[in-house]
Amino acid sequence: MENVTQAIQGVPLNHYILLCTIIFSIGVIGVLIRRNAIVIFMSIELMLNAVNLLLTAFSVQHNDPSGQVFVFFIMALAAAEVAVGLAIIVMIFRNTNSTDVNILNKLKW
Amino acid sequence: MSISLFYFVAFLSIFFALLVIFAKNPVHSVLYLIVTFFTFTIHYILLNAQFLAIVNFIVYMGAIMVLFLFVLMLLNLNEGSIGSKSNLIKMIGVIAGMCLIITLVGSARVLNASEPLVLQTQDLGLVKNLGKVLFSKFLLPFEVSSILLLSAMVGAVLLAKKEIKQVK
Repeated sequence: MENVTQAIQGVPLNHYILLCTIIFSIGVIGVLIRRNAIVIFMSIELMLNAVNLLLTAFSVQHNDPSGQVFVFFIMALAAAEVAVGLAIIVMIFRNTNSTDVNILNKLKW
Repeated sequence: MSISLFYFVAFLSIFFALLVIFAKNPVHSVLYLIVTFFTFTIHYILLNAQFLAIVNFIVYMGAIMVLFLFVLMLLNLNEGSIGSKSNLIKMIGVIAGMCLIITLVGSARVLNASEPLVLQTQDLGLVKNLGKVLFSKFLLPFEVSSILLLSAMVGAVLLAKKEIKQVK
């Protein structure tokens, strides 16, 4: 395990910020350009994971385990969110026979 | 083992994340997302956050992604059943995302946080260390999260079950 952790010795924190920013933005782009509700959900998962990785990197940087505990809570939250969200998607599919978000425009101004 | 391993895994993460949002078939999207999460697990191992690596592997790749795959298979969505947005909207979405990247990177530059990441204590992310923190400092949030999971389970069952017609 020692030589595995040697690999990050020397990676600047900026590069972690850069990586997580790019992944987060890919998630945002996915939410904006896709119409399938399930793919939109997956993009949200991508964003959550980007934040998780950044929290872990900062936790290592500051030598504080609280950051990794937060990541654990975010994972619990993501599990709850996915369960409820997919239930809603199944309900929408039962009513409209599709998971296209463009069909759901009754509340659109 | 060198510093380039991080950059290789980072490249893989970005590559598969891009494939997730640009794949036509939603099943392919889910599979690419699993690969993306696997690269994240490697990132956690590199940061010596072993507990998070295992949790990410089991909970995300094992549970959540299987849930996605199950729902996708149950709904039986065909490739062409859902059209894509118009090219104009796509372009605007991509440009907006690029603007977000530029804004965040620009603000991160000001932070001047470019000192190399150093693992000060080797056992920071181990189960023993995290468990101590979780059950002392974060005991109340831990219990509250159990209630959150319970309510999510009840909510999911309530939402997904068929409405029973009230015949009187």
